[in-house]
Amino acid sequence: MTRRDLLRMIGVTAGGAAMYQAMSSLGLAAESPYQGTPTLHGAPRGASVLILGAGLAGMVAAYEMRQAGYKVQVLECNHRPGGRNWTLRGGDTYTELGGFTQHCQFDRGLYINPGPWRIPYHHRGILDYCKKLGVPLEPFVQINHNAYLHSADAFGGKPQRYRTINADYRGHVAELLAKVTQQGKLDAPVSKDDQALLLDSLRQWGALDKNYAYAAGPGTSNRRGYDKPPGGGLSAKPVDSQPLQLHDVLNSHLWSSLTEGEMYEFQTTLLQPVGGMGRIGEAFGHALDGLIRYNAKVTSIQQDEHGVTASYEDTRHPGSVQKARADWCICTIPLSILSQIPMNVSAAMADAIGAVSYAATVKVGLQFKRRFWEEDEDIYGGITATDLPINTISYPSNDFNSRGKGVLLGGYIWGLNAYEFTAMTPEERVRRAVEYGSQIHPQYKTEFENGIAVAWHRAPFTMGCFASWSEEARDKHYDNLCQIDGRIALAGEHASYLPAWQEGAVTSALDVIGRLHQRAVAGGAA
Amino acid sequence: MKRLALHLCNTMLLLGYAAFAQAQSSDNALYTRSTLRDANGEAVFRHICQGCHMPDAKGATGAGTYPALTGNPRLVSAQYMAATILFGRHDMPSFKTSATPNHSFFEDAKLSDAQIAEVINYIRTHFGNHYSDSITAAEVTAMHPQDNPPNSTP
Repeated sequence: MTRRDLLRMIGVTAGGAAMYQAMSSLGLAAESPYQGTPTLHGAPRGASVLILGAGLAGMVAAYEMRQAGYKVQVLECNHRPGGRNWTLRGGDTYTELGGFTQHCQFDRGLYINPGPWRIPYHHRGILDYCKKLGVPLEPFVQINHNAYLHSADAFGGKPQRYRTINADYRGHVAELLAKVTQQGKLDAPVSKDDQALLLDSLRQWGALDKNYAYAAGPGTSNRRGYDKPPGGGLSAKPVDSQPLQLHDVLNSHLWSSLTEGEMYEFQTTLLQPVGGMGRIGEAFGHALDGLIRYNAKVTSIQQDEHGVTASYEDTRHPGSVQKARADWCICTIPLSILSQIPMNVSAAMADAIGAVSYAATVKVGLQFKRRFWEEDEDIYGGITATDLPINTISYPSNDFNSRGKGVLLGGYIWGLNAYEFTAMTPEERVRRAVEYGSQIHPQYKTEFENGIAVAWHRAPFTMGCFASWSEEARDKHYDNLCQIDGRIALAGEHASYLPAWQEGAVTSALDVIGRLHQRAVAGGAA
Repeated sequence: MKRLALHLCNTMLLLGYAAFAQAQSSDNALYTRSTLRDANGEAVFRHICQGCHMPDAKGATGAGTYPALTGNPRLVSAQYMAATILFGRHDMPSFKTSATPNHSFFEDAKLSDAQIAEVINYIRTHFGNHYSDSITAAEVTAMHPQDNPPNSTP
């Protein structure tokens, strides 16, 4: 009997929990706390749940609660499912607060994700739903050694390839460490045997030569790139490149962008849905067809001992108040908006709802006549980091090497500059993104066609990008926010330790439906 | 004499350049964390506040509302406005400069107490607002003593 057979047998005869326990003791399942989507069953006869918001948290909750036998209805203020899970494509119209309307003019097949745009491999909740809903995924390129690191103040403003800065920074550091090792300065902390191993490893890690020097030659060119790369035929001999000086590398501050891809959330492999992140929300909306009432703006949430009533108005007919009622309510409305909606919950939860500010971020999508970053610069996907206000240029991770037009992310703007970009008209944001980006890619000037810009504080349905918890606020309010308050419970990225990530929305919804179901089965209100 | 002339010439060049930079600032330059310190009340409104409260200060309504900063009875109290800007309110972040850095998700925009006073005075005398009283930087400072150790000079 194989181990898999054994597990299958345990699963069939003793149920999932026992199988999970068995897997844990075999050391298979211990790596992640994620235990798959819960299989709730046995909803009390006739029990109902009202879900506010058809973003990922709301739709995960709706999907699972319906499965468990609850009567489910969802209210959503947009005319589409997904919330911040959203893709803008040619033909889409977007009106932000203040009435500024943009018509997306991208060509067919081209898109931009104004909100989430990448899925880390360990975000197992959102990945599970992609599988369940049949949303195909493809790789999202985060680190591209041939993309740029750029500072307006370094190397005369000339962008540097990631691989040159990476190789030169590492090479010089390895050389220095090898030097002090050879000078006996590490004799106290490192044994002689380990010093020999350390030197070997430094030579390999830093591409050092036989004298432990980081110097021009085939070894360093193989890391940082060549002046003339090897080819075929006559005059194909490679020409080595000259490493930058340590001083220049350090003073450029470009090393500060080298670690992003090392962070847990940005480590390879990252994924994206084929056709845009919004495919997930669209697939959820399809799966929940008939359950979601769109254009429904919630104006009040009131609970009593038997249930919860939400008042809402049809955004197409302002002033027309309607009511929806259920035994329980899962509210996923962002705190930015929920803090303004009358709702009778405990003072502790109300305080928590009002205690979290929302981050400003801005994204700009730009369409160009051709994929010049691939054709001229050999950049296929990945990210250029810059200290210009645009912060980021991200090249599409799909349709590589295709002819024709392309759309890239021309800015992902944070902090102070995000406020400033928010304060501009959408046309001005696009104009600025093109102006700044042309400092890195001069082709912008001749190849740019059209663009679209989303400033999250002006998004009518979130009024901010994500819950920007301070440590202090989290200590004081987070647990109060996540408690079930009578018949009302909250979910969303704001009720997670994964701010801004879709996985935060998914796992918070999964957590809350489990607890709510328990309470409903126990037959109790507060 | 020659040196003096050169010096004058340089000074004029510098002044000319400064004037040019100033004229451009509302049009072209975005602020960095250090140049933000030079922004006056109007510039703070144009670069930050109007993102949500809108260029005409009339606010906006979607699923929720950004309050208008015109015809709004709460503007009677400059202190109320200062408290909102200093400490944030609901989804609106705090814009104060703290003694201890706020370990939030990322570095946000920080205004000095003088700038907070200036932007309040600017709003309360524009957009159809005609308040005759004003608030001073010292009054704003007094509202968050936790960020101003007693023996530090202003």
